[in-house]
Parts: sequence; structure tokens; C-alpha cells
Amino acid sequence: MSFDVEAVRAQFPILHRRVNGGELVYLDNGASSQKPQRVIDEVARYYREFNSNIHRGVHHLSQQATEAYEHARETVRAHINAEHAREVLFTGGTTHGINLVASAWGRRHLSRGDEVLVTAMEHHSNIVPWQLICEERGAKLRVLPVNRAGELVMDELEKLLTARTRMVALAHVSNSLGTINPVARVIEMAHARGAAVLVDGAQAAPHLQLDVRELGADFYAFSGHKVFAPTGIGALYGKLELLEDMPPYQGGGEMIERVTFDKTTFADLPHKFEAGTPNIAGGIGLGAALHWFGELDADAVAAHEQDLLAYATGRLKEIERLSIIGTARDKACVISFVLEGAHPSDVGALLNQQGVAVRTGHHCTQPLMDFYGISGTVRASFALYNNRADADALAAGVARAAKMLA
Amino acid sequence: MRINQIQDEIIEEFGAFDAWMDKYEYIIELGKKLPLIDPAHKVDGNLIRGCQSRVWLRAELNDGALRFTADSDAVITKGIIALLVRVLAGQKPEEVASANLYFIDAIGLREHLSSTRANGLVSMVAELKRIGGEYSGARH
Repeated sequence: MSFDVEAVRAQFPILHRRVNGGELVYLDNGASSQKPQRVIDEVARYYREFNSNIHRGVHHLSQQATEAYEHARETVRAHINAEHAREVLFTGGTTHGINLVASAWGRRHLSRGDEVLVTAMEHHSNIVPWQLICEERGAKLRVLPVNRAGELVMDELEKLLTARTRMVALAHVSNSLGTINPVARVIEMAHARGAAVLVDGAQAAPHLQLDVRELGADFYAFSGHKVFAPTGIGALYGKLELLEDMPPYQGGGEMIERVTFDKTTFADLPHKFEAGTPNIAGGIGLGAALHWFGELDADAVAAHEQDLLAYATGRLKEIERLSIIGTARDKACVISFVLEGAHPSDVGALLNQQGVAVRTGHHCTQPLMDFYGISGTVRASFALYNNRADADALAAGVARAAKMLA
Repeated sequence: MRINQIQDEIIEEFGAFDAWMDKYEYIIELGKKLPLIDPAHKVDGNLIRGCQSRVWLRAELNDGALRFTADSDAVITKGIIALLVRVLAGQKPEEVASANLYFIDAIGLREHLSSTRANGLVSMVAELKRIGGEYSGARH
């Protein structure tokens, strides 16, 4: 099998619309990806043909919806190579998944003086939930530093993993820099010290082949909307014994076995953590998206993205006064940069005017921006449907902006 | 010149450009003519809240007319504040407070800004009008 980027582009209707007089050049995939026609159709089909509440219904539509939703869970399980479908919880997204673990796992496992280790490149979503639970439990948050290239300083990890480290929470791929972290190695070292590991897979899911068992991750969270699925849906993988041991996160319908005013017993996994009516259409859409993604030749997709990364990096480097932030050896197709003397929001505005969609600012990684001594960057984040013409449009747009802002 | 005369002048100037990239170029040029705030006054107290880039604004009342000095770390933002200052500087506080800034929509500025920048524009206008209101209140 190989990868035909034009055939893939043809499946994304939004890529054919025009913005500010030109064809859309969408390079804000790190924020949210576009959706293929098949996902749009599957979500529409749910509403058109079998929309109804799941799990407790006795009627035909409810059974059909339940089947589709649970089928989607099985698709997620297979996609990430989890052992059991009940290890896969549907969430609202990565942020929700991390908060669930920080809160439910943290209440069970963190005590005064314990430590949670995050890295200096984490998204605020993988910092703040840990700060909150650490404060509540009297635990300490510690930080694994990064080097100027935007790589984790692995030599420091050995020192930072102490007898009190209970959890290591880190991104698989950095949203600001694109760095692919050596997660398997971190997990191995953390486990050797008896610490659990949560991986924030939000940026990895659209770029890497996920295998939670090979990684050995205790928890793995990702969002649907970044991996060609609808917004408001995501998945959290957790090892069975950890999830079974954790107290519920939110109370409500769906998550109970028996309720009396004296005592409530809780449902089995995964329902214990899925209070209330879930995002049924989103779950079905996520299943459809991962199914669609899984049909592609993953190695060919990776080769295409690495080619794009090298090509776009080369084109941007031709521009004077431009510095790339994040030059790790192992990178996903994300390029953050600054133009000397120009504010990122000005560059973003001028790119937008030329039909190129990027993101500017701190990318919810303020501690990382502080480390680099900058207020923000311009970030071009590619997806599998981007091509060299997109990289050319970006480079031409940035060159013109650089001239205007000089 | 009166507020509306200046606004009409700006609308005419922008009418000379077809492409928005050219309008941006002009906005950037205008930013270079902005009466700059004294660096000593570039303090947090003079920052306008709600802008993605930093915008400092300072007002003084001279002979019954308001004078503004400002700055921003983003040049497009600087150009936008320069446009607002050009319309409102030298006017009486009550005129600033009650000004109808129709030029913003007439030149298509609002629709061409990202939502964060458009919010910043709203914050700048609100701050200028608040200053106008504050000084007119103080005199009465």
C-alpha cells in the first residue's frame, strides 16, 4: 500500500472551500483536525436513522444506538491495542480524561509528601489538574526540564524519580514544539520506581500508531477532534486493575448499580466513569474516524508527514530573521517559529489574509514559553491531508509578512 | 477637524485599496505615526485588558481637549490604535464619550480581524470612551 495525498484530500469537503479569496490552506491541525466525509455521514446517519438514548432502552432504536456506541468503543480498543474494551472510557476529550485520572486516581493514591512529575513542555491541561489535586492532597508537583532543542533532559529523570514519585504525566507529542517524547523509556524508568504514568496523547493520536500495551502506559488520554472525529468526544485508556480500584469521578445516571438513600453501589467498568447520557453521536463519529484512519497505510502516512516536515522546515529556513522553536531530532509534523521583531499575532493576521490558517500565541504552554523567553510563537501544524503546496503557501505567506513587518 | 470628518477621511483613504493586504500595509504605516507613550508610562496600570498583544494607552486633558499617547508590541494593533487616536485625539471628552465610530465597520476592519483581535478592538474603543466619560464627568 502507499499513500495518495490527493485522494485523501478529496475526502475532506472543507479543504475545497475558499477563504479570503484563495483556497484554504489549513495548518491549524494541532488545534483541531478536519473531518472526512465518512465521519460526517456516520454522525448524520445516527441522527437520521437511530438517534435515541443508549444502554437502558428496551426499544429497537435504543438497541441499535447502544450497539453502534459499543462498537465504537471496540474500534477504539483495537486502534490503541488495549486488551479489554472496558479499559476504554469515553470522555469529552483529553482535558476531561486527565482531570478524571488526577481526581479519581489522585484521591486514592496521593498523600502528603507524595510527588507528581510533569515535564516543562506540558499543555496547561496536563499541569493544572495535577496542581489542583496536589494542593488538595498535600502532594508536590515536580518538573522534568527540557533542553533548548525542546527535548526532555533524560539524565534529570533519574534524579527526579524518587521514592515519593507516584505519578509521571507527560505528553507523547508536544503541542507547541512537535517533539516526540521517548515515552516508552520514561514509562520503563517510572515503573522501575513504582510510579504510574499518564500519557497525554492529544497530539500523538493523529500522527503515530498507538499501542498502549507496547508502551506500557497506565493511562492514555486523547481527543477525538484532533484525530478526524467530532468535537466533544475523546477516550481515556486505563489499565483494568487501576480503573477498578479508582473511586467514581462524577455521580449520576448510567454509572450506578443500585441506589438507595443509605448507600449506592456502582456499575462495572466502563460505566462507573461514564455518568449521564454520553455524547453518543460523538462516540459513533470517533469510531468512524479511527476506522477510516486505520484503513490507511500507517507507515506510508508517517513517511508522507516526515517528508512534509522536512520540506516545510527547509522552506521556512530560507526566510531571514526566522527561528524555529523546537528542533528535536524526533518530531511530528508541527513547526513553531518566531520572526525577529515581529509579534506572532501580526504574522498570523497576515497569513490569515492570505488564506493560511495557523495558530499564534502561547499554545497553552506558558511555562515552556517562559523557558524560551518568548511570549508566543506562530505554529503551523500539518495533518496527513496537507501537501507540499500547503507548505509552499505557508512559506510564501510568511516571507511576505516578514517583509511587511520588517 | 470634527470626529465625523476625520472618520470620513479615513473611509476615503481605505477606499483607495482593493486588497486587504494593501490595507494592512497602510495600517502598519499608520502605526508608525502613533504618538508614542512615554516609556515611563508603559506600566501595567496603562495596559488595556482583553488584547492578545499588549496595548498601553495614556490620556491627558489639555485646554479642554483630550490627548492620547499609546504603544503596542504588535504593529497591526499599533496601527489600529493609531486610527482610533487619530479620530479621537484633540476632541472634547464628552465628544469622545459619545462618538459613533462608524468608520470601523465602514472600512471592514472588524470583519477582517480574528475574534481575539476583534475583542481587543472592542476593549480599546471601550477604554477610550471610558476615559472620555471620566474626564467629562470630572469637569461638570
